[in-house]
Amino acid sequence: MKKTLMLAAALLITPLVGNTIGYAAEGGSAIPEMMAKYESEGASNFSAEAGKEMWTKVMPFEHKGEIIKDRSCSVCHHVVPTNPGKHAKTGKEIAPMTLSAVSTNRKGEQVPRFSEAKKIKKWFKRNCKWTYGRECTAQEKGNFLAFFKSL
Amino acid sequence: MKKILLMMAIVGFSSQAYAENIFENLFRFKGVKPVMNDLYNDSCSECHYAYFPGLLPKRSWEKLMLPDALEDHFGENAELDEEDRVEVLKFLVDNAADTSFYKRSTKIVRSIPEDVTPLRITEVPYIKRKHKDLPDKYVKNNPKVKSLINCDACHRAIDKGIFDDDTILIPNYGYWSELDDD
Repeated sequence: MKKTLMLAAALLITPLVGNTIGYAAEGGSAIPEMMAKYESEGASNFSAEAGKEMWTKVMPFEHKGEIIKDRSCSVCHHVVPTNPGKHAKTGKEIAPMTLSAVSTNRKGEQVPRFSEAKKIKKWFKRNCKWTYGRECTAQEKGNFLAFFKSL
Repeated sequence: MKKILLMMAIVGFSSQAYAENIFENLFRFKGVKPVMNDLYNDSCSECHYAYFPGLLPKRSWEKLMLPDALEDHFGENAELDEEDRVEVLKFLVDNAADTSFYKRSTKIVRSIPEDVTPLRITEVPYIKRKHKDLPDKYVKNNPKVKSLINCDACHRAIDKGIFDDDTILIPNYGYWSELDDD
């Protein structure tokens, strides 16, 4: 009797424990929202293949009088994005671009990657501008997200 | 009787350790105020260590956080949404070195001529002086340090705002106080 009660109590508590100790959001949970946003801007049929191709592509552009031609996503994020990357200048480690990689949200909580829309927006803006000299199109962003989802 | 003594010893030692942890830095203002902010971390610590606001004067933070400056942040794009930018700037300015009575912050401020606005913490005269003549092997050619911008690579008590000599451990080489040169 006692053992059954204890077992029942343990089973009841686990979901509570899981919710408090586990991640605050599910991995990739902001991807559908972002893809819907890109579709509303005219993009469609997001392709992981296209995302993969663009990952290592260098697209030279002009910046303050000189041509920048040594940048692609893989420079910091690793050619194979399931591996951790490393910031080219500071050496800081960057988690893999997978749904299960650990990220930190704006409240300082540990969450899986791609669970915050604002963060996805921020990094696309910063990194596309740094890598290509322009913002990525909705199609390109959707392709990248499809690529990450497939990893 | 023995059990009581044992319990007293355990409670005594652990409460002493606990109290030490709480009070150790209570009235310590020697270093830099170890103040942090989740939005600042989220916005500014994913490429490099999140530098304490008390490491630069207000005017430096203001210049660094201008939208144009963020777009070309030492060669990187560190752009932020306007509302985030404003909030992070407020945090930095509210806790800047010239608002602080922490000792190292006041030394930082005093060492900078009034008409100069350093953008790099490594350009602050006080900090330059402190890192003067460091052999390349410890920093530049040390793969675990690479550059003076990676403060936390050597300053192991940095999370408490402490930069003292006896808290410096250079990866691949050892404790600063035990190294031969200097």
